[in-house]
Amino acid sequence: MSDTLPYATRFGSNSGQSTSRRDGVAKVTGAATFAADNHPQGLLYAVYVPATIARGRVTHLDVAAAKAHPGVVEVMTPQNRPALAGDPDSKPFMFAFRFEALQDDTVRYANQPIALVLGETIEAATEGARLLNPQYQVMPPRVGLDAEAPYKVVVGNFGRPGETVHGDVAAGHAAAVQSVDVTYETPAQYHNAMETHAVVASWDGDQLTLDMPHQAIVMSRGVFGYYFGIPAENVLLRSPYLGGGFGSKSIANGPQVLAILAARMTGRPVKLMLRRDQMFGPVGHRGATRQRLRIGIDEAGHMTVLEHEALAATSTFDDFVENAANASQGLYAAGALRSAHEGVRIDIGTPGPMRAPGEASGSAALECAMDEMAERAGLDPLEFRLRNYAETEPGTGKPYSSKALRACYAQGAERFGWAGRPLKPRQMRDEQGMLVGWGMGTALFPAPMFAAQARATLRPDGSGLVETAAADMGQGAWTALAQIAADGLGLPLDKVEFRSGSSDLPDGGIAGGSGHTATAGTALHAAGVDAVRQLTAMAVSDPASPLFGAGNASIVARDGRLFVAEDASRSDSYADILARAGGQALVGTGSGGRAPEAAGRHAMYSHGAVFAEVKVDPDLFQIRVTRLVGAFAAGRIINPKLANSQLYGGMIWGISFALHEEARFDPRTGRIMNADFAGYHIPVNADVKGLEVITVHEDDPFVNALGIKGVGEIGITGTVGAIGNAIWHATGTRIRRFPIRIEDLLAHA
Amino acid sequence: MSLSISLTVNGAVRDVTLNDARVTLLDLLRERLALPGTKKGCDRGQCGACTVLIDGRRINACLTLAATLDGAEVTTIEGLACGDMLHPVQAAFIDHDGFQCGYCTPGQIMSAVGLIAEGRAGTDPERIREGMSGNLCRCSAYHGITEAVLDATTRIAAEKARKSA
Repeated sequence: MSDTLPYATRFGSNSGQSTSRRDGVAKVTGAATFAADNHPQGLLYAVYVPATIARGRVTHLDVAAAKAHPGVVEVMTPQNRPALAGDPDSKPFMFAFRFEALQDDTVRYANQPIALVLGETIEAATEGARLLNPQYQVMPPRVGLDAEAPYKVVVGNFGRPGETVHGDVAAGHAAAVQSVDVTYETPAQYHNAMETHAVVASWDGDQLTLDMPHQAIVMSRGVFGYYFGIPAENVLLRSPYLGGGFGSKSIANGPQVLAILAARMTGRPVKLMLRRDQMFGPVGHRGATRQRLRIGIDEAGHMTVLEHEALAATSTFDDFVENAANASQGLYAAGALRSAHEGVRIDIGTPGPMRAPGEASGSAALECAMDEMAERAGLDPLEFRLRNYAETEPGTGKPYSSKALRACYAQGAERFGWAGRPLKPRQMRDEQGMLVGWGMGTALFPAPMFAAQARATLRPDGSGLVETAAADMGQGAWTALAQIAADGLGLPLDKVEFRSGSSDLPDGGIAGGSGHTATAGTALHAAGVDAVRQLTAMAVSDPASPLFGAGNASIVARDGRLFVAEDASRSDSYADILARAGGQALVGTGSGGRAPEAAGRHAMYSHGAVFAEVKVDPDLFQIRVTRLVGAFAAGRIINPKLANSQLYGGMIWGISFALHEEARFDPRTGRIMNADFAGYHIPVNADVKGLEVITVHEDDPFVNALGIKGVGEIGITGTVGAIGNAIWHATGTRIRRFPIRIEDLLAHA
Repeated sequence: MSLSISLTVNGAVRDVTLNDARVTLLDLLRERLALPGTKKGCDRGQCGACTVLIDGRRINACLTLAATLDGAEVTTIEGLACGDMLHPVQAAFIDHDGFQCGYCTPGQIMSAVGLIAEGRAGTDPERIREGMSGNLCRCSAYHGITEAVLDATTRIAAEKARKSA
């Protein structure tokens, strides 16, 4: 495969090369096996029956009618559902959410499972599900952010505090000579990976095999072991490819658990694949928010205070309150900072982490509020941000591990042509008479690490085998992690076999938080280094080796050989060293993670700056994003080609957030009115043009040994605000609710 | 009910006895003919993941009843490459990183093959974007997809010119 295009290549290591995806041929030929592509002997098809009310009880299901349909094998309802060892309403571990697995007849939200039908064919199971014709006792649903009184969040998602205060907020307000106090709203959004949640479950005694897309492959063994009362090691989960995840494939959910239970109940393998409309409920979403931002500035345009309060929807039975206000914590050098969260319990499925959870919604509101503050102060929005550039993390005063944000601003602005932008709105038109507006926003995303293990084997022929259960949901783990692993082993990429995506491998950690490459990559690299260290010890103590007596401190590994660093004429191949030692393979191990003391010393984030141009029809108010330039500094980029794709994808999610995505709830029924791709809009190809990504060079000696941050989520942040601000700049109308639609602009016309 | 149809799938004649009139082409391929490369994304013609070619024309397999396909010629993603030799569209998708998770990719590629054969988009990126807009990509690999279709269009045209010369 030619790597022709338009990426520069570099030499000396595998990392840094724009290698094409190693799983590319499998994915373009249809050979890549996604979960629902599996077809074991004796397969039964499961279809789950979703509740068509949002609150109440199921009073009747016509089980007889369903069972009478030819090909229907079994109908599972709360009456006959076998026991689960783990209570679906318990929360035994960090990523456990309460879910519905037919534990009773209550309906907590629309689309929750109320029955499962098993059939010999998809057609039979589908028709059986329809024939159940549920009857309900309906209670009035609680819909929207004002349905109930809010409650204060004390401990937020992932253990973060619900409220964070730095400095004297009242004094900050008092010191302000100008201020804004604005409220923004963001809607419920649903992940909608192209591959719906699927599972093929097979039992052999108390051994469970799952073909299931999963973002935390080894962790899932303990999860399913808990619910089914079997040891974690009895669970084999295979997830070589995820058809997208975006956060929704990391958490156990009712439909999948029921399918596994059905396989045990019937003694046959069971396949379940959610219908697209069933993705709107039981598998998480980004909760709706209402955010109030208060910003004050002094005469020099320095922020005296930044106060960010977020109200977000959660379910009636579990807590996941979008921690949007935290987006204001690590970015601008305000004299005082406060972020606080409230939740409201309504009749929806529990929200969960969705690509840039908290940060996406929070950044959208923050970056627009910053634009409003700049406008009031009569400052260019970029200049206003530069005046409030944080040299250390606001509030904590911690140094940043690295922060090339100034370079992002400069390179992005230069590429976009930001200079000379008129301060006032409605100043620019194109040759067709369209209103043209320019806006910008700062992008920010934390650079966390989790925990991972890896194994690296040097085979007798000198080739390498590296193993960790990483999850590739499209970010490119099959490729980027192999590049890192090859560097650890001192081998060219084509000499390294990578086994991944299966729970019988070392734990690759969770693909989330933009920390997977850093975490699993560190483990793989360390495993390779461990193997090379052992190999070096063998060589330098082997009198038959040209390296004998060189001392291992002077040895370097490159291209399948060990060299004396100062004398390249002295070298020995991996295969020869291993052959002389008896021809056995050599195994190294490694782990990835960040020591708490290292995490405490520095503030660690990826940064970026996004510049948007929109064109708005002055009569019809159609909105088009015509240019979008994002400059990002995210530490060391392992594969520019794949990293750019992640950043493009994130920016397009930003377009989607700003202009397209919204689940609309019927206030009478609590059901989502647009639960399909015809009504729930995401960008199509024609919505995307004029995108440019710049990756700004950044060396980070603190974030981890490899200098890797992450690129998976940051692209959304900054982008939403940039587009909202560009729309204001084009039209003079400030819309404080996403997505921004034609009718919003028409209402102000 | 039982109905026998005979159709050509990726060049091979397949005689299928359908015991159910409700079977779609998508489920026929995936569940009965062991061709799961064609993907189900919405099952109602809104996402394009199941795009295949019938008699050279791109269609959504999820909206096509198998029973209507007696005598039809179906091409799926599995039938595009010649052995190890990728179709130019497949190769271009890899070169331009026209996918991430790869789930919508079979549909994108079949759609691109159809679009190029229709000759309606040429090398105008705007028309390619329009012509590919029936295929959703949640990873949003659209930038690479457009580049890949442009490049493949050029490669195919060059190949045709070479052959006719």
